[in-house]
Amino acid sequence: MDMRTPLGKVRGLGSAKNGTEHFWHQRVTAVSNVPLMLFFMFFIVRYAGAPYAEAVSALSNPFVAVVMALVVLSGLIHMRLGMQVVIEDYVHNDAVKLGLLMLNTFFAIIVGALCLFAILKIAFTG
Amino acid sequence: MANVTRSRPLSPHLQIYKPIPTMVMSILHRITGVALYFGTILVVAWLIAVASGEARYNSISWIFGTIPALLVLFGYSWALFHHMLGGIRHFMWDMGHGYEKSFSTKLAIGNMIGSICLTVLLWIVIYLVRF
Repeated sequence: MDMRTPLGKVRGLGSAKNGTEHFWHQRVTAVSNVPLMLFFMFFIVRYAGAPYAEAVSALSNPFVAVVMALVVLSGLIHMRLGMQVVIEDYVHNDAVKLGLLMLNTFFAIIVGALCLFAILKIAFTG
Repeated sequence: MANVTRSRPLSPHLQIYKPIPTMVMSILHRITGVALYFGTILVVAWLIAVASGEARYNSISWIFGTIPALLVLFGYSWALFHHMLGGIRHFMWDMGHGYEKSFSTKLAIGNMIGSICLTVLLWIVIYLVRF
């Protein structure tokens, strides 16, 4: 249940229509990205170009599968927020901006859906 | 009247300033971020290949071993390191530290040197592991 008063909900939102969520989510995912991307680099070093059986057995490990899914989620949230800022900075035509902002969200969701499905399929059937 | 706002003079932009380390690293932070954004397509391609079975995996994984692909992967890993070190600089600024002129310039140069060193180190390890 939301106990906040109507005034409390809008206070600090200003003309941008939102508060510090964008900034905060960008920082939280930046922090989580540091260990996750280091793990990702080690994984790539070890398994990119590896024989099929080796790659499958690595991704079948529950720990590796879950951390890989977190790499994907944390990375995609961070990059979607970042690209949103780039679009807002450089695209000044409202219709084009709106379209690109939507495409940005769609791209992140499609990449995320494909990656997560692939990870789960390998983890459950590999 | 409709064109009044459009014909107003613009304030000077990038091309008029001398490139300095902090400015170049700031621009590179954004460029590497955008590069990493599109680089996720490579991650999708690899994961889907693994999930699609041995035949499909073998038909795709050889591409990752070719010279052009290795150059792309080398650039991708540099972008990741550079953006990560840049992000750590941002953490420091968020906490209110490191705004002194000479220190921030040194750190900007350090960011470039650090990202290159880490990338070279990563690829030395890759070659030691693989061959």
